[in-house]
Amino acid sequence: MKFLIKYLKPFFGIMSVGITIKVIGTVAELFIPLILTHILDNVVVTENIAKIIFWGGMMLLCAAAACFFNIWANRMAAKVSRRFSERVRRDLFSRTMRLSSAQVDEFTVPSLESRITTDTYNVHNFVGMMQRMGIRAPIMLVGGISITLFMDAYLALAMIVTLPFIFVTVYLISRRGVPLYSKVQKATDKMTRVVREDTQGIRVIKALSKEEYEHRRYDKVNNELSASEQHAGFIMSGVHPVMTLFMNAGLVMVVALAANRVSNNQSSASTVIAFMQYFTQISMAMMSVTRIFTMYTKCSASAKRIAEVVEAPDDITLKSESEFPGCENGAHIEFKDVSFSYKGKQNDLEGISFSLSRGESLGIIGATGSGKSTLIRLLMRLYDVSGGAVYIGGRDVRTIPAEELYPMFGAAFQHDFLYAETVEENIDLGRHLPHEDIVNAAKIAQAHDFICAFPEGYSHMLSQKGTNISGGQKQRLLISRAIAARPEILVLDDSSSALDYKTDANLRAALRENMSGTTLITVAQRVSSVKDCTLILVLDEGKIIGKGTHEELLSSCPEYREISDSQMGGAFVE
Amino acid sequence: MNNNPNKHADNPKLDKKTKKSILIRLFGYIMKYWYLFLVAIALTLLSNQLSLLGPEYSGEAIDAIANENGVDFAAVKENVIKMLICYVCSAVMSYLLAVLMIKISQKIVRTMRKQLFEKLTTLPVSFFDTTATGDIISRISYDIDTVNASLSHDLIQVMTSIYTVVGSLVFMWKISKPMILVFVITVPISIIFTRYRSKKVRPLFKARSKKLGELNGYAEEMLSGCRTIKAYNREDEICSRFGERNKDAMDAYYNAEFYGATLGPSVNFINNLSISLVMILGGILYMYSQSGVVAAGSIFFITLGGVAKFVQYSRKFAGPISEFSNILHEFQSAFSAAERIFHILDEDPEAPDKKDAASLTEVKGEVDFKNVTFGYTPEKTILRDVSVTAQPGKTIAIVGPTGAGKTTIINLLMRFYDVNSGEIRVDGAETRDITRSSLRGAYTMVLQDTWLFHGTIFENIVYGKENATMEEVKKAAKAARIDSYIEHLPDGYDTILSDEGVNISKGQRQLITIARAMLSDSPMLILDEATSNVDSRTEIKIQEAMNELMKGRTCFVIAHRLSTIQNADLILVIRDGKITEQGNHEELLRLGGFYSTLYNSQFN
Repeated sequence: MKFLIKYLKPFFGIMSVGITIKVIGTVAELFIPLILTHILDNVVVTENIAKIIFWGGMMLLCAAAACFFNIWANRMAAKVSRRFSERVRRDLFSRTMRLSSAQVDEFTVPSLESRITTDTYNVHNFVGMMQRMGIRAPIMLVGGISITLFMDAYLALAMIVTLPFIFVTVYLISRRGVPLYSKVQKATDKMTRVVREDTQGIRVIKALSKEEYEHRRYDKVNNELSASEQHAGFIMSGVHPVMTLFMNAGLVMVVALAANRVSNNQSSASTVIAFMQYFTQISMAMMSVTRIFTMYTKCSASAKRIAEVVEAPDDITLKSESEFPGCENGAHIEFKDVSFSYKGKQNDLEGISFSLSRGESLGIIGATGSGKSTLIRLLMRLYDVSGGAVYIGGRDVRTIPAEELYPMFGAAFQHDFLYAETVEENIDLGRHLPHEDIVNAAKIAQAHDFICAFPEGYSHMLSQKGTNISGGQKQRLLISRAIAARPEILVLDDSSSALDYKTDANLRAALRENMSGTTLITVAQRVSSVKDCTLILVLDEGKIIGKGTHEELLSSCPEYREISDSQMGGAFVE
Repeated sequence: MNNNPNKHADNPKLDKKTKKSILIRLFGYIMKYWYLFLVAIALTLLSNQLSLLGPEYSGEAIDAIANENGVDFAAVKENVIKMLICYVCSAVMSYLLAVLMIKISQKIVRTMRKQLFEKLTTLPVSFFDTTATGDIISRISYDIDTVNASLSHDLIQVMTSIYTVVGSLVFMWKISKPMILVFVITVPISIIFTRYRSKKVRPLFKARSKKLGELNGYAEEMLSGCRTIKAYNREDEICSRFGERNKDAMDAYYNAEFYGATLGPSVNFINNLSISLVMILGGILYMYSQSGVVAAGSIFFITLGGVAKFVQYSRKFAGPISEFSNILHEFQSAFSAAERIFHILDEDPEAPDKKDAASLTEVKGEVDFKNVTFGYTPEKTILRDVSVTAQPGKTIAIVGPTGAGKTTIINLLMRFYDVNSGEIRVDGAETRDITRSSLRGAYTMVLQDTWLFHGTIFENIVYGKENATMEEVKKAAKAARIDSYIEHLPDGYDTILSDEGVNISKGQRQLITIARAMLSDSPMLILDEATSNVDSRTEIKIQEAMNELMKGRTCFVIAHRLSTIQNADLILVIRDGKITEQGNHEELLRLGGFYSTLYNSQFN
């Protein structure tokens, strides 16, 4: 909550104006039943029509004022919550984008997503509601109670006694109900999972004639869902009747007690009428307060989750050269006895050493999970090494500022991301590169031809995640993106696996021809993709088990030879 | 929920006729439980009548209190007891009603979901090829929920509303006819306000949800690429783009909220207005009634209790009127949802087997394509005049570029689709004269996208042969080279395969589906070799397992591996819907066509 207050602080001024207006509006509304009693008690006996109309007019005035001021205040509140959430969301997003990869791993992407979407939404809703209901409900509650106390303390107390009951029962029922709804959610997930599985596996189901089996499988989840929905529904439908019953019981009590009081001239019948009005207002307010309570718990949890991200410390910071001295030996890229661990327990990479001159090429090959992509991430300083050091141009990467380090690279990752924008924009990625560079890059990446085959060419819109183009086309766009700014170091992390043999060969030829000054790093599963590299590393479980050229490895590294043999013709046709 | 607030935000306008037929169909579901429904109606009426009687008795009690000759305690007591009984009974009944309606709607919804799902399993594969999974899921969950909410809640709400409006009007009429005039003023205001709400405010809120949905979508998209964005140092650019979208969404929010801010206060205003008017008019009438200008029995006569009652009834009266447009709107969306559900229920199922369709037994495995022509749509022919014969036990490798029609051959073999012209024969029998289940049972299929469901590994392997024993499953797993991996898992064969559970790789998933295929003893095999990103060691295992699987069967392989192709008895090269070359490896190389070009390209 501290976090929210920090963001709300700039709005305290305008908020207090809004709150004042809200208070005026609410108080005006509180006067209405008071005037009502006044008319019945004091005005009617004067037998003066003008007076009745005057006081009636006062009621109207109060009603109009209440309406006017409430609308005004609500609009001001909307203004505040708009600017407030704009800032919170903006800061949250920009911090999220700047989290280090280790932090992203720790938070996990789905969790970060829900923080930006669901959590900001919750907080936003709460801030909006607080300014409207949060002001109105307590005033109605306190104001209503004080006026009734003032009118007839004895009757008022009788009525107030029922309020805690309302609060407690509603609270208890909701507390039982909420977990039931999360159970419903789980059951729904199960049900939709079966539907999803079966729509995707319809061929298998039909091939094996398993329709009956699937019906039984679905019946199980369907019945479970129905049962849990029913259970939750049964509990939650108690709220309304119970609340109404308590409210009405309070009224009955007031009427019953009033008989004695009126008879002893301690109260009047019209007071009872006013009480009925106030009681409706008070119990409405009570309901709102209960809602605010549940919203509050939701909001503070969300606020905490947002604050965790926004206030996360920078963990990849620029280090000084005195602390991490360089290593001048003319190599463009050098790994010196590098080890690394994602979780800090066992090493995911160990004893990695190699060096590469400018313009040379490196191939990395190995099984899934052998540490190929990790090595790339260390080179690009998406993570910091646990031991040893990585040097680029003789400088420790930890001493190179981000705005200098990242532009050295062009990288196409495995499962890299394309987004709902034009082809051109997907290659450009907001770098404002000239159009010729983009076309040129696409040509090298063997993407130009298929791009031109789109009716809109480079302005062709991709769908989210680029689902409207094939895997091979995606990879070629990603490679275009990587080479478009003519980087010093080009990283292709398993990014030509969906290309057929011919295109892959053409691509590599074009890279050799056009990117001669660039140091090229290729991560691959296919021997054919790395066999021309000046240096090939064979990784296994985080260690280098083979190092050399294709020919050297064929004779020195049995694992490499095994992979090579098994893949003969592995990519025969697309 | 709010991650996708714009789901079905725009309900298409339905014409009257469809509306009527949807209504009749929905009504049909309700009528299955007509006895329960009658009880529900009775409960609604009773519970509302009781809650309408409450103010009546409270008015009587007030009159008894305000009695000129001192408080009439007996009358007060009587009325208080009556009030209490009314309120308690009304509460109990409204709870019972809610429970009953939930029961009814759950029965209906469960049936609907069951029908929808079972319908899905009868639909031809083409339906799933052309309908997005997300769409189907949204119908079976979101749309059915909408219908459910409408049935369990709105239906009662409407009955209650109508009863309350009419009932309180009747009571007010009885209390004082002249005071009804107040509603001549307030009801039109309510109606104008309601129209304002549905015409002006609701579209703004829709726009708001849409913008917010887009913003969330954008955030999710960019988040999925955060590593790339970092690698290209584009954080600032992306953040400023997000900022623009954020501002847009917030503007839409403010826009909606600006007009929406009038809603709550206006409803209160209309309430207060009617109370004020009631007081002015009622005060005057009460004054004259007190002073004797208006005699008891005249239509202008009113007591203090009468005024109190009138105020309470006028509140009851106003409530449903301002809620009415909301309910109408909900009905509208329930209608559209129901329409989407019925749409699937009305889809044509897979054509039934012929009446005299024979069962395929003791298959040798000879498959014959004769002049087969096929296209998914009439405009685009995928296969043209294809003729091929596959001898029992032989391997047929199908090669060719993507989109040339390789998977189409599988679809036709399995009769997921039927040929447009020509015929396919198995052991000499035309496949359309054979029952689908026996035809499909004669094949074993291993596809590229491995299909496993949420369940134990055992359940997944045994899927193809329900009565298989543990020994058989283990044997199959061994043959598929996955047994030792499974045994090493903490729960072994009882390990549950799920998204959040054990992290099992793509290659291992493939091996499990191969194990499933191993269990079957069908004489023919359809194999779609993967070009997946599995690591090379698993790749070797998969290859071995597949070779094992192919032993002794007629195999149709969509081939990617050179070794498979080289060893095939017959290679079909498919290009542009036609078999351009056929023969074995040596024959095709000698032919010097597309195949030999492809083959030689990998050595350059």
